[in-house]
Amino acid sequence: MSKRRPYVRPMDGWWRKNPYFVEYMIHEGTALFVAAYAAVLLFGLLRLAQGEAAWNGWLLALKSPWSIGFHLLALAAIGYHAYTWFKIMPRTMPPLVVGGKRLPAWAITGGGLAAAGAASLLLFVLVWGLAR
Amino acid sequence: MKRPLKRSNAPIFWALFGAGGMLSALLGPMLVFITGIAVPLGLLLPADTMSYPKMLAFAQNLIGKGFIFAIIALFLWHAAHRIFHSLHDIGIHAGRGARLLCYGLAMLGTVLAAYALLATGF
Repeated sequence: MSKRRPYVRPMDGWWRKNPYFVEYMIHEGTALFVAAYAAVLLFGLLRLAQGEAAWNGWLLALKSPWSIGFHLLALAAIGYHAYTWFKIMPRTMPPLVVGGKRLPAWAITGGGLAAAGAASLLLFVLVWGLAR
Repeated sequence: MKRPLKRSNAPIFWALFGAGGMLSALLGPMLVFITGIAVPLGLLLPADTMSYPKMLAFAQNLIGKGFIFAIIALFLWHAAHRIFHSLHDIGIHAGRGARLLCYGLAMLGTVLAAYALLATGF
């Protein structure tokens, strides 16, 4: 094997030098919160399968300040994920042609955000109706 | 010599990523608010919204089962795919090991969710 060591430009922290990439890393980073929240739900589901005492222990754990703090952060992160998901949707989905004209980016983003708002409201009303 | 193109498994993982991303964008913030903030703090919703009898009944209902399974599994597959592809961006040259870890954890979570939903009965 050869001993030569070609120069490799260091790439450490490359994304910190450009606000565009900082934003990119933040919106990719929201996946950590999506994973963590799914893990919290999965843990709750496993506790539910173990019976009432186990479930009540999980409910109690949700009331701890650490849990509330985590969920506030997760709400911000997943909320930001939702916003960026629809913001980049004009570039991630195939072009949509309506009436012979390509649907503008703002319409796709706006439509997505409106759908998210409507779905969230519907979910809240459903939960409220089921729990009443 | 012509060889047939090897089929890629990328569309499967991308579809799971996309489905999980869409579901978490549509319902994620409200779900976090309900399960992690409103119910624990007793805001807006009845105090027993997530009581054992109510959640057991929800998890025993077929629609409820499907909803819980879709939320947990698709959120995990979405996050696994995104985290796996971000490894490259932070300078980790992700190979087979990282792939197995990311998608393996999502698979483990999916299997555990399916197991728990079967264990809660119908």
